[in-house]
Amino acid sequence: MLQIECPWCGPRDEQEFSYNGEAHIRRPAQPDQVSDEVWGDYLFFRTNTKGLQSEQWCHSHGCRRWFNVARDTVTYRIHAVYRMGDPVPDTMKRGMS
Amino acid sequence: MTRNRYSIFSLLRNALTYHENWQQAWRSPEPKAYYDAIIVGGGGHGLATAYYLAKEHGMTNVAILEKGWLGGGNTGRNTTIVRSNYLWDEAAWLYEKSLKLWEGLTQDINYNVMFSQRGVFNLAHTLQDVRDTWRRVNANRLNGIDAEYVTPDQIKAMVPHINTSPDARYPILGASLQRRAGTARHDGVAWGLARAADARGVDIIQNCEVTGIRRENGRVTGVETTRGVIAAPKVGVVVAGHATMLADMAGFRLPVESYPLQALVSEPVKPILDSVIMSNQVHVYVSQSDKGELVIGAGIDAYLGYGQRGSFSTIEHEVAALKEMFPIFSRMRMLRQWGGIVDVCPDACPIVGKTPVGGLYFNCGWGTGGFKATPGSGWAFAHTMAHDAPHELNAPFGLDRFVTGHLIDEHGAAGVAH
Repeated sequence: MLQIECPWCGPRDEQEFSYNGEAHIRRPAQPDQVSDEVWGDYLFFRTNTKGLQSEQWCHSHGCRRWFNVARDTVTYRIHAVYRMGDPVPDTMKRGMS
Repeated sequence: MTRNRYSIFSLLRNALTYHENWQQAWRSPEPKAYYDAIIVGGGGHGLATAYYLAKEHGMTNVAILEKGWLGGGNTGRNTTIVRSNYLWDEAAWLYEKSLKLWEGLTQDINYNVMFSQRGVFNLAHTLQDVRDTWRRVNANRLNGIDAEYVTPDQIKAMVPHINTSPDARYPILGASLQRRAGTARHDGVAWGLARAADARGVDIIQNCEVTGIRRENGRVTGVETTRGVIAAPKVGVVVAGHATMLADMAGFRLPVESYPLQALVSEPVKPILDSVIMSNQVHVYVSQSDKGELVIGAGIDAYLGYGQRGSFSTIEHEVAALKEMFPIFSRMRMLRQWGGIVDVCPDACPIVGKTPVGGLYFNCGWGTGGFKATPGSGWAFAHTMAHDAPHELNAPFGLDRFVTGHLIDEHGAAGVAH
């Protein structure tokens, strides 16, 4: 079971959280101007990283706030936790126990 | 090569020599430099594709490249449920084609896949469940697929140990029953299809991982593998769990995400459950194998992952649901647990068809429900590869639907967790 460090509440079991996929996907600024391909890519296509990826989590059974997690999708090790709006950590490798 | 037929007589004949002279079920050839078609991935769907390419379309200069060994992936890591009671027409037709192929598969490939049409119940626990179940039963019947609605009393009569008490946390209010649905021996399916494809000339090459896809002028020309470069004008990719990696090699993106799906089996016990019970609401499904083990499954893990193991909280959830439904199982011990990686599409339906690269075809994204589709998927994909155009059964399942928006929204509508 994962232990995830909520930036506001500290480390908690994964069951308190909900996962919401790849982070940093940008919504097209003017949806009515873009092609179907661009809009389809935004809605449905994902990088599906095997390795270190940035992803969105919500502490849904806690403070109900959203944040980003840099997690390895093979080992499941969490390398960093950072708040929404914060830049992607340079190394994405800052160790967390 | 010629194959000796399996029969009661061959069994008797081999018994006389202590079963030491059985013919090898399939060859392990060295890869050739060129094939008319290459199938990447030796799971059930890949093997079925090669088998039907040879049988239905006369293409026998075909290789299957498998990075591990046959039956070592998701084909041997599922809960073996076969059914076709899907809500939407497109899905229902594809899975029903598959179910019809299952019904004759043992005879067709001369290998007992132990297809057991023991009936599948999809339970309803809420008023909305009941309405959705009625809707799905009616939709199935309009499509010529057998389906019945059964009441708690009828369920209790057929499944005596199930808890139909109205005091349950999620009481059982009814169920759909597909009597033609059931289970099959999963690794037997891999071995039987491998033997049948090999008998028709298909080369099955194990321990051969594809590391690159060669292209020229927008067309595929072959693959790079850990055992050298192999040329082919047609390449079909059938790699559950790792489709994204293969698409990356070919330079396009896919709308799939990979999740672990896990299952577990109990210690073997005497026959106690002779049908398959599935519940979407409490999210567990269970059947009993011929060896006597309960085979238990549920949904995917909550987060993307490539580790072939499941999270403990998912086990806790499914076992709690099972115990509520079958209190008699409360003290059974679990024997094994395993996880496989499944590719999930946004609409929970597969991608079977052409790609932006000419001569390159993808069959992926079956999510949690791929095993039941094994023969139908291979049948439709073989047609797609042979004719460079999808069959009408898999035409709605093209990659283009994620641009046109014509999704086939089976998520939840399937009435089960697949």
